[in-house]
Amino acid sequence: MSILTKDIVAQIFTRPFRIRPILHQMVVVGLNTLPIASIMAIFTGMVLAVQTYYQFRQFDLETYIGTVVGLSMTRELGPVLTAIIVAGRIGSSTAAEIGSMKVTEQIDALRTFGVNPVRYLATPRFIALVTMLPFLTIYTDFIGILGAYSISIIKFHIRSSLYIDKTIHFLDPPDVLSGLIKAIFFGAIIAIVSCHKGLTSGEGAQGVGRATTNSVVLSSILILIIDYFLTIILP
Amino acid sequence: MIQINNLWKSFDGNQVLRGINLNIIQGETMVIIGQSGCGKSVLLKHIIGLLKPDHGSINVFNEEITKLSDKNLYKIQKRFGMLFQSAALFDSLTIAENVGFFLYEHSDLNNDEIMKIVNKNLHMVGLHNIESLYPASLSGGMKKRVALARAISTNPDVILYDEPTTGIDPIMAAIINNLIIRMQKELKVTSIAVTHDMTSAYKIADRIAMLYQGKIIEIGTPEEIKQTQNETVKQFILGNAEGPIYSKFEDNI
Ligand SMILES: Nc1ncnc2c1ncn2[C@@H]1O[C@H](COP(=O)(O)OP(=O)(O)OP(=O)(O)O)[C@@H](O)[C@H]1O
Ligand SMILES: [Mg+2]
Repeated sequence: MSILTKDIVAQIFTRPFRIRPILHQMVVVGLNTLPIASIMAIFTGMVLAVQTYYQFRQFDLETYIGTVVGLSMTRELGPVLTAIIVAGRIGSSTAAEIGSMKVTEQIDALRTFGVNPVRYLATPRFIALVTMLPFLTIYTDFIGILGAYSISIIKFHIRSSLYIDKTIHFLDPPDVLSGLIKAIFFGAIIAIVSCHKGLTSGEGAQGVGRATTNSVVLSSILILIIDYFLTIILP
Repeated sequence: MIQINNLWKSFDGNQVLRGINLNIIQGETMVIIGQSGCGKSVLLKHIIGLLKPDHGSINVFNEEITKLSDKNLYKIQKRFGMLFQSAALFDSLTIAENVGFFLYEHSDLNNDEIMKIVNKNLHMVGLHNIESLYPASLSGGMKKRVALARAISTNPDVILYDEPTTGIDPIMAAIINNLIIRMQKELKVTSIAVTHDMTSAYKIADRIAMLYQGKIIEIGTPEEIKQTQNETVKQFILGNAEGPIYSKFEDNI
C-alpha cells in the first residue's frame, strides 16, 4: 500500500497534468455524497442539541448548546462522520469498479496501451477525494449546526441571537481548521485503501465483493485510529 | 524478433509453464494451439510483459523484457496490440472511445481525425453505427470484434490474438481470418494467435506450435503439423476423444 501511495503521488507530478478526469471524479464524489451527508449532518446536529439540552438544563446552561454543537461538529463529528460516509459511498464503489476492471482484464488492457493504471485510475480519485472532503466537511459542519440551531429555537425556545452569539464566541478558526486538516488525511486514506483493494482484488465476483467490503472496513478503522492521533497532534 | 528461452511459471503451486522455448520471426504468423487451461493465455501475457516469469528469458525487439523497469516496459508494450480472450473492453467508455483509446491517449490527432480511424477500423471488423453504445449492450462476438478493432488502432508491430474467432459465427470468423492475413501481408505485422479453431489455424498460420503440459511439443508449418507422427498432436488436431491426452485424464481419475 505504501508503494501505491508513492506511485499515486509521483504521478501527480508527472506531465501532462490532466484536469478533466479529476473534475469528473470530484463531481462523482460531491453528487453521490451530498444527499446522504445532509441527512446525516442534520440529524446528528439535532440529536446533539437534544442530548446537550437535557444534560445542561440541570445546571441552567442550556444556552451553551450552540458552543457544544459548534465545537464537536467542526472538530470531530463533521470530519469523521463525513469521511465514514464517503468511505461507504465512494470508497466502496471505487474498490468495486477498479476490482471488476482487474478481474475482466481491463487493467491489463490499459497497460498494453501504454497507460499506467495508477495514473489513469488512482491519481484522479486521490486528488478528487483529498480536495472534496474538506468542502464536504464544511458543508456537513454547517448543516449540523443548522439542525441543532433550529431544534434549539423551535423546541427549546432559546433566543436566536444568544445561540448564535454563544456559537461564534467559542468557535475559533483553529477548531474549524483542525477539522479540515483531518478531512484531507481521511480523503487520502479512503483513496489509497479503495484503490489498493481494487487493484489487488481476487478473481471473480467473489473477489470483487471481498475487495469492496474490505475497503470500507479498513478505511473506516483507519479513519478512527488516525483521528485519535490527529486530535492529539493538532491544536 | 521474439525469443523465449526456458520459460517457467507457476501460480501458487500450479506449475503452468515448464520450460517454453519459442522463436518468432519478424513478419510471420505463429499460431499456438493446445488444450483449454494449458497456459496459452499465460504465455501471451508473458510475451507482452503483463506477467513476470519465475524463471527464463523473453527477448522482444532486442530487449530483455523480464528485466525492464516499468517505464521502459510501457514503451515496448505500446508497440504491441493485444486482443484479450475476454475482449477486456473498458466498460465505462463508449465503443468509439474504446477503439480510439490509444489515439486519445498518445496522439495529437483531433477528435474528427480519431473518429475517422475509429469508423474505418470498426468497418474492417464488420461493425457499423455502434460508436456511441457502451460495451455492456453488445453481444460476446461483437465485443471480440470491437476489441480487435481497438487492438489494430495502435498501428502495432506485433499483434497478439487470444482466440480471435471463438464465439463468432463461421462467416464472421472467415472475415476475421482474412483480416489477420491482411494485417500481415499489407502492414507487415508479426502475429501470434492462440486458437482452438483448427480451420482458422491452418488458414492464417505460417507456423503452428502445440503447447502441452507446459512445453512446446511440436512446431511446424500447417502442412507439417497435418502430417505429424506425434500421437498427442494428432489427437488434438483431429479432435479424437481417445489418444494420449485422454488416457492421461483417465490415469488421473
Ligand atoms: N492470474 C492467475 N492466477 C492464478 N492462476 C492463473 C492465473 N492465470 C492463469 N492461471 C492458471 O493457469 C492455467 C492456464 O491458464 P490459461 O488462461 O493460460 O489457459 P488457456 O490455455 O488460455 O485456456 P483457454 O483455452 O481455456 O483460454 C490455468 O490452470 C489457470 O487456472
Ligand atoms: Mg486462454
